[in-house]
Amino acid sequence: MPTLCLCYAVHEPYRLRRYTVFDMGQNSMYEDDDHNCDALLHVARTCYLPMNELLLRLFRRYGKAFRLAFSISGTALDQFEQYAPEVLDSFKALADSGCVEFLAETAPHSLAFLYSREEFDLQVKAHCRRIKSLFGVKPVTFRNTELVYNNDLAAALQDMGFKAVLAEGADHVLGWRSPNWLYRPVNAEKIGLLLRNSSLSADIGARFSQQSWDQWPLTAEKYAAWCHSFAGESEVLNIFNDYHSFGLRNTASSGIFDFMEALPAAVLAHKDFSFSTPAEVVKKLRPVGEVDVPQFMSWDDEGADLTAWLGNDMQKDAIHALYALASRVRKVDDPALHRDFERLQTSDHFHYISTKWFANFVPDRPNPFQSPYDAYIAFMNVLADLEMRLNAAEEAHRSQPRGRKAQTSGTRKTGGSGDTKAGTDRASATSRKKA
Amino acid sequence: MRVLMFGWEFPPHISGGLGTACYGMTRALAKKGAEIIFVLPRVGEGDSPKGHLPNDFLRIRPASGTYISQTMSQRMSHAGQDIWQENIRYRSVDSLVFPYMTAESYEESMRWVQHAHSAGHEEFRHWSGVPFTYSLKGGYGPDLMTEVSRYSQLAGAIAAEENFDVIHAHDWMTYPAGMLAKALTGKPLVVHIHATEYDRSGENINTIVAGIERAGLLAADKVVAVSRLTRKMVIERYGVPPEKVVVVYNAVARHEVERRYEIPPRIRHEKRVLFLGRVTFQKGPEYFMEAARLVLEKIPNVRFFMAGSGDMLPQLIRRAGQLRIGNRFHFAGFLRGEQVDRMFALSDLYVMPSVSEPFGITPLEAMLYDVPVLLSRQSGVSEVLEHALKADFWDTRDMADKICAVLRYPRLAQELVKNCREEMKSIRWENAADELILVYRNVTGGN
Repeated sequence: MPTLCLCYAVHEPYRLRRYTVFDMGQNSMYEDDDHNCDALLHVARTCYLPMNELLLRLFRRYGKAFRLAFSISGTALDQFEQYAPEVLDSFKALADSGCVEFLAETAPHSLAFLYSREEFDLQVKAHCRRIKSLFGVKPVTFRNTELVYNNDLAAALQDMGFKAVLAEGADHVLGWRSPNWLYRPVNAEKIGLLLRNSSLSADIGARFSQQSWDQWPLTAEKYAAWCHSFAGESEVLNIFNDYHSFGLRNTASSGIFDFMEALPAAVLAHKDFSFSTPAEVVKKLRPVGEVDVPQFMSWDDEGADLTAWLGNDMQKDAIHALYALASRVRKVDDPALHRDFERLQTSDHFHYISTKWFANFVPDRPNPFQSPYDAYIAFMNVLADLEMRLNAAEEAHRSQPRGRKAQTSGTRKTGGSGDTKAGTDRASATSRKKA
Repeated sequence: MRVLMFGWEFPPHISGGLGTACYGMTRALAKKGAEIIFVLPRVGEGDSPKGHLPNDFLRIRPASGTYISQTMSQRMSHAGQDIWQENIRYRSVDSLVFPYMTAESYEESMRWVQHAHSAGHEEFRHWSGVPFTYSLKGGYGPDLMTEVSRYSQLAGAIAAEENFDVIHAHDWMTYPAGMLAKALTGKPLVVHIHATEYDRSGENINTIVAGIERAGLLAADKVVAVSRLTRKMVIERYGVPPEKVVVVYNAVARHEVERRYEIPPRIRHEKRVLFLGRVTFQKGPEYFMEAARLVLEKIPNVRFFMAGSGDMLPQLIRRAGQLRIGNRFHFAGFLRGEQVDRMFALSDLYVMPSVSEPFGITPLEAMLYDVPVLLSRQSGVSEVLEHALKADFWDTRDMADKICAVLRYPRLAQELVKNCREEMKSIRWENAADELILVYRNVTGGN
């Protein structure tokens, strides 16, 4: 009884502006507000609003037979609230239909798991709370940024109480095995591992509008027939894509909306087939085996590895410098600093610094910088300013009398004198201890 | 393929990128089996290269001192007339299309070309029956126009003596020679444009020079531009039909960097940023100085070097004093040979802020020394270099921001150098030579 598990990643980054050395220490406006707003309104108009409307129609038409899952990043939610509240309302309407599962991820769409477990836990818990408050259900499935996954992540997620996790069905991990079954991570037996069927996913996400593709044009009937061909030798077909596939990567004129409108009926025409969300999959199915993933993998097209985000020394330098500040940032009480620090962790910033293919960005997620070098320069300048603010906040924190919370950042002068006072306090304390 | 090439400079006598480009190009062409006769204004005594730059792959002929016989002189005079008349006819069809050159300036320059070609005839009368000649000084002296005119006649006489398949002329100084040689021999003419008058002088152009450029470009069977930027300029400003203009990018001759230069201990703690080129309007030296001022506000521990000479040098020296950055901004003068190598090797960043740079070979030379480069977007070389920092020449804040980034973030320089080294492998004169040979085949009808 194979089931189709559709899952869509909804993410929008806060792009940085060309923040220069002359801005450092002068202002802390890092983001390109105009660009971010324009880009979001464009996506809302061409993708989110029409596609959500279509899905709502389909949910009404098929009752509970058609269902799917969304993984919406915190930065996307922020931008909906900031620029296009009607998009958030449309997602809430989908939630009310009861046909949608909302997944958990790291709030700023970060690679925190690789560098700071504390940051990761913080971001995941914050995002779960937010999803619960917006859509009414606490997430039980986790989808990491760019499907980055390894054994340690599965173990960590099990400890945090998750029931399912999504990952890429990479050949080098599966070997002869098929991704079309439920698996279990090697060191976390209480969690279900759903592996992406990259071919069926790319048929919709990447190839749908390619006229040079020998299967073009793709119809719902043809696609359903491919799915049906797995009957008897599979239990779950995991089709995970970027939500931009609808209206952006494949434009409305490509027929993608008509395709999706016709898809449920075409798939359900085979009586053995159904649609499920990841949480339902792990409830219904039993894992058929263990999958061992000691190295990190991702859903990157080439190599399924991390090189698109951490391939060159500039990318590594940037991310190391960022996470080196993590524990210090979390110690000071400065919400604006925390917010900026989190948004700098968005994986897109590191992708913009990639020299891997230089020009190989999908058209709906272009590099806002003219070159990876420009992206790196802007990021490092922003980070330098953030560190200046952090230093100032720490100084202010130290200058406050013990036990009282830092309220406003003191001037440099009082900060200095407070510091020496704190120093003498400490010194007298140790001398007393000695005595 | 035998090529009669007209050039104004060639190593070791060079004053800019033109000689360097001609050297790299001809050597690669020779390697591909082309026979080249390179006609220079003059070849000085004792100029036979002393080992370091072997010029034995081509035949260099000095134009200076070539005898022009009576019949030759008469033929030239006729050919000069023909060139003139042909071009006048051409102009009457197209002149309205070109807003950048007035009809008067065009006629003035054509009169000059005609005069140049008949001058020999008049002088011949004066000499009454004896073959005559001129001696040329070479270089770019104050009477450059006379030199150009005499060179064209002497080179024309050489063309009549030599046996070749195609004429290839580099930059406007040799265009009259190319046109005359074409008229005398009927061989196809390829003109190579390394820089236009608009690049050199902005809008305050020398109309005679621009007129000669236009006449040469229109007379040519094929025009070779050193970048898409220059191709566009040639088409838009000179009205050359687009299908006649091809782009062949310059490259850099991979002379092995024989010496490693140690950075002296006393200057190891500071960083050095280099400008190397003519100190003229075209190269944008004042933008470099403005960027330097901005950088020094943020990072005091940097030294800026301006190597080269030119007409803007005095005003820039004054400006450095005015800005009170003289102790951080140094003028190195015109550097040669080993001094250039040392300068590159000691630099942490090379900046080319050119206002208008048809190609620009020096960034490629800097890259041979693993020096990262910052280029103006208004340069042809930025079309071929992906792994370079780029800024608009007028955006000195952006330029300064990028200079600061290279100095502050060592990973940036490392990554640029690493990727550039890879990129340089495909920027070779051999590739340029292949494309030029295709051009020659095209104009000679495929033999």
